[in-house]
Amino acid sequence: MDLLPVILTIITASTPLLLAATGELITEKSGVLNLGVEGMMLIGAIAAFATAVSTGSALLAILAGAFSGALVASIFAVLTLIFLANQVATGLALTIFGVGLSALIGSNFVGVALEPLPKLNVDGLSTIPILGKILFNHDVLVYLSFGMIFLVGWFLSKTRAGLILRAVGESHDSAHALGYSIITVRYLAVIFGGFMSGLGGSYLSLVYTPLWAENMTAGRGWIALALVVFGTWRAGRVAFGAYLFGTITILQLHVQGWGINIASQFMTMLPYIATIVVLVLISRDKGRIRMNAPQCIGKPFHPSK
Amino acid sequence: MSLIPQFIPKFVLETRVEVSNKWVILSPIIAIILTLFSGIIIFSLMGKDPLLALYTFFIQPVTTLFGVTELLVKATPLVLIGVGLAIGFKANVWNIGAEGQFTMGAIFGGGAALLCNNIESYLVLPFVLLLGILGGAFWGAIPAFFKTRFNANEILTSLMLSYIAVLFLSYLVHGPWRDPGGFNFPESQLFSDYAMLPVLVENSRLNLGSVFAILVVLLGWILIARSIIGFQLRVVGLAPAAAHYAGFKHSGLVWLSFTISGGLAGLAGIAEVSGPIGQLLPSVSPGYGFTAIIVAFLGRLHPVGVLFASLVMALSYIGGENAQIEIGLPAAVTGLFQGVLLFFLLACDVLVRYRIKSSSFISGKRS
Amino acid sequence: MAPLLKLSGVTKSFPGILANDNVDLNVMPGEIHALLGENGAGKSTLVKIIYGLLKPDSGLLEWQGTPLKLLGPSEARALGIGMVFQHFSLFDALTVCENIAIASDSNLSLKTLHSKIMEVSEDYGLPLDPDRYVHSLSVGEKQRIEIIRCLLQSPKLLILDEPTSVLTPQEAKNLFVTLETLAASGCAILYISHKLEEVKRLCMKATILRNGAVVATCDPRLETARTMAERMIGSKLNNIQRRKSPESGRPRVRINKLSLKSSDPFGIDLKSISLNVSRGEVVGIAGVAGNGQNELMAALSGEVIQSYPNDTIVFDDICVAGMRVSERRAMGSCFVPEERYGHAAIKEMSLKDNALLTSSKNINLVKKGLLQFDAINDLTEKIIFDFDVRTTGSKMESGSLSGGNLQKFILGREILQEPGILIISQPTWGVDAGAALVLRKSLLELAARGCAVLIISQDLDEIFEICDRIAVLYQGNLSALMDTETASMDQVGLLMGGGNGE
Repeated sequence: MDLLPVILTIITASTPLLLAATGELITEKSGVLNLGVEGMMLIGAIAAFATAVSTGSALLAILAGAFSGALVASIFAVLTLIFLANQVATGLALTIFGVGLSALIGSNFVGVALEPLPKLNVDGLSTIPILGKILFNHDVLVYLSFGMIFLVGWFLSKTRAGLILRAVGESHDSAHALGYSIITVRYLAVIFGGFMSGLGGSYLSLVYTPLWAENMTAGRGWIALALVVFGTWRAGRVAFGAYLFGTITILQLHVQGWGINIASQFMTMLPYIATIVVLVLISRDKGRIRMNAPQCIGKPFHPSK
Repeated sequence: MSLIPQFIPKFVLETRVEVSNKWVILSPIIAIILTLFSGIIIFSLMGKDPLLALYTFFIQPVTTLFGVTELLVKATPLVLIGVGLAIGFKANVWNIGAEGQFTMGAIFGGGAALLCNNIESYLVLPFVLLLGILGGAFWGAIPAFFKTRFNANEILTSLMLSYIAVLFLSYLVHGPWRDPGGFNFPESQLFSDYAMLPVLVENSRLNLGSVFAILVVLLGWILIARSIIGFQLRVVGLAPAAAHYAGFKHSGLVWLSFTISGGLAGLAGIAEVSGPIGQLLPSVSPGYGFTAIIVAFLGRLHPVGVLFASLVMALSYIGGENAQIEIGLPAAVTGLFQGVLLFFLLACDVLVRYRIKSSSFISGKRS
Repeated sequence: MAPLLKLSGVTKSFPGILANDNVDLNVMPGEIHALLGENGAGKSTLVKIIYGLLKPDSGLLEWQGTPLKLLGPSEARALGIGMVFQHFSLFDALTVCENIAIASDSNLSLKTLHSKIMEVSEDYGLPLDPDRYVHSLSVGEKQRIEIIRCLLQSPKLLILDEPTSVLTPQEAKNLFVTLETLAASGCAILYISHKLEEVKRLCMKATILRNGAVVATCDPRLETARTMAERMIGSKLNNIQRRKSPESGRPRVRINKLSLKSSDPFGIDLKSISLNVSRGEVVGIAGVAGNGQNELMAALSGEVIQSYPNDTIVFDDICVAGMRVSERRAMGSCFVPEERYGHAAIKEMSLKDNALLTSSKNINLVKKGLLQFDAINDLTEKIIFDFDVRTTGSKMESGSLSGGNLQKFILGREILQEPGILIISQPTWGVDAGAALVLRKSLLELAARGCAVLIISQDLDEIFEICDRIAVLYQGNLSALMDTETASMDQVGLLMGGGNGE
């Protein structure tokens, strides 16, 4: 069997997960648990798709996807940070809202087809046999997903702003006592999370399946959330996790091609089962979670307390 | 610090000395009113006459007796699931996989119904219902096991199990359980009358399931508000360390929450297929399991509140269907309304625990 | 010489309390100035005003002769005012260096900062490794981070809020040397304390606060501890009458070679702890916070259960090491953990619910699994009345009670169960003098009725005041028991710092 197309599809399947998980990593590092990734991805997907159909511009479509994700994330931010709403409930609300709103907007776009994003060939490099195809012949979002996860890893470990972000997630009381504005830091982190989820959604509707379908994320937002736990809040491991899941998603498509006769529903279940298995394996080591998880995750911050 | 500008709100939230009971009730009512207002905006944006749309959505469906019975039919699964979820949410046990437990209830109970399709006995129905409850409870027990044994986040595992349950049902009705005489449609055989819940009002779909819902509200109210178990659930939810100190078993409460809410979702599932549907289909729920999450919050995690909230959310379902037929609104409007309602509710809820004081700067606290 | 800092007529009130009432204060350069007062006298409020965290309602602040209006702590820091809080603002998962970087207003690279930390820690005798993670440090070392944070800003005024409450006497002596070095270099120090001996030893001037107002200014070196204490409290000292230690009776609590690995990676393992507490006896376990107190408490209360129960923990001749909390409580033992909010009490719940928390096995309160609201209400009212808890009613949330009042409620809840064994951690931490006296008296009365009382406390004065015997917990090891009559503060202090007490 020719492995090259398989590898290329794995990259395509992993990219939306990586984009969304990168955003959620930053959000969670600041001490906020935003369970609305699925909703933000859907909003991003439909916004990008609608823009692409009506303007024909790939750049505008990507921007629309990212910023609409950030916009709905700001609803979450206002509710949880200023109105001190329960983060779990608000995240669920964001997902329900995202499913509804994207379906409503999308009802005008069902059945419309779209040209996928152009590949950006790096001159001279993309013609290298095999490796050139794997490394240097992708659309802009694939490069961006790599760029962002590196940037986020560097930001968290090497910059002062990253240090502040980690500190806010570790102990908001201490950070507040030192004079940092918890709300501002977390607000920015949540918005970034929405921005990246929006990009992840855009990738789905612009590249992965250049079509609009209701609920087209099919749980990828939730898998992205699980990836952050899987990666124990470290950029490198999150990236590894995204590619592991991309591989599982693609392998199940190829299994039948290899003559193994299993009902398609069971194959489709694979990523979901894998998510559960991975969560169980990682979480059982409580000490490891304790060492890496932001201590304030999910806790509301009220300055008088 | 120079790097991050100080964010100074124009108002401050002051913690109340006691939880405001007034706002516990007022908050959902205000949220519903605000949602209706945003409905006017959304309908206008879509180019529909907003008042006509609101009428077709929220009033017209319940102007007939049949409409009212349909409202109750839709509210029934929401009540059953919502009460169960409220029990868990009190304890900060986040079962968001009710959709899967509902589906498993339908699979287990439906399987029993298909197995007994040739048996003419009044024992068939109790058997079918029991298996439905067990199916849901079993599916709920899996995240409870992973949570208590391996510390795995129940939100993600219960949700993943929902996807798995729905796919499993799809496999069954496409494969082994497909009705051989059904022209290759992905559907099971129709259940026999002995496996069906008796209808309460003639020419309607209102059935015994609604009576179960009322009973569950009553039992749920006793459990949550009057019993020591309910007290323990609240303590675990607010302060796990205090529950530990008082000797309440956390893992036991997780199991209890998940098996009760799973079992009730399973009951809702089998009541749906043994009631209004009458057979197994690839999809047996229009998202009841997720809507029930909103129901639980809107009902203030209180069984009686859940009852009222279920009626509101059931209305959004049949209103959505009605508006689709009458004025051509997309069905997705229902989901949007549900999300917006929950947003408003969460925003209003801030007033339950805090009062808003206008102030130019944050005053400190003596320590 | 002009004062470095001059406060005149500073007044600050909070709803229901006048925290600072027309306070005047002068601090000279190079002076070590004590701010004395009981818990609740208004010391913390005053220094928060000086540090820019609070705004005074009225009154004037002058800094080196010019009026001072602070918008926030960063302005105070820019002027050269540094503060070491009682509650540290530290991040467990970050290194010492990162913790200092995040508190510094300058934008130094971590590398430069690293060498600066080494320099300062050498200059002032504050040994600290910049690369260690904070969770692995002792409380004393954590305090050094806070001090170095301030010193890096080259302060002109350093404020320390009860710095020795978390230190061993020997660590405190080292701190005094550092502070004296600092004062000699011209930095003024505002030293908040209620410990009179150390103020006499260290400070050149003292301002004494009571109920928010200045009641005296004096030179502590010329005073006796007693005269200052009387001004601080406002009446003749009302000490607890030391009672005669009971004849050694039947041991109700026996701990035999208890070893336990902490489940928390940042926690302390218990190492072969042995201890007896007899009927009617009060035994104190001294030690600096973070030496295994929480782990010991959890093991004794049953919040942590041993998987291989043996006779490591025996209550009233029954091995309880494998029993759960509720089983141990059913045997008539009660527990009060250190953390009040969220552990001993639930701040979002009413006092009624909090009364029920540890009494849910009481058949009058819960019949056939159903709550008996009238009985619960009666119990709550009784606790409030008997222990003089100041509240607006039993429906009030426990979180809105002051620390001292809540502690009275919690202790009342446990004492009214008439336990045969009471194990309590930090009984009067952060509680004002009046309430502390009430609490200590009720503990002694309980012991007099035959209860075995075990107190885990950081407060050496408290332990020497009410305990019959004392042991010291250090790094999960417990020293041998000493009779309070014969033990000396110095000896106990050495043990608290890991010495052998000889």
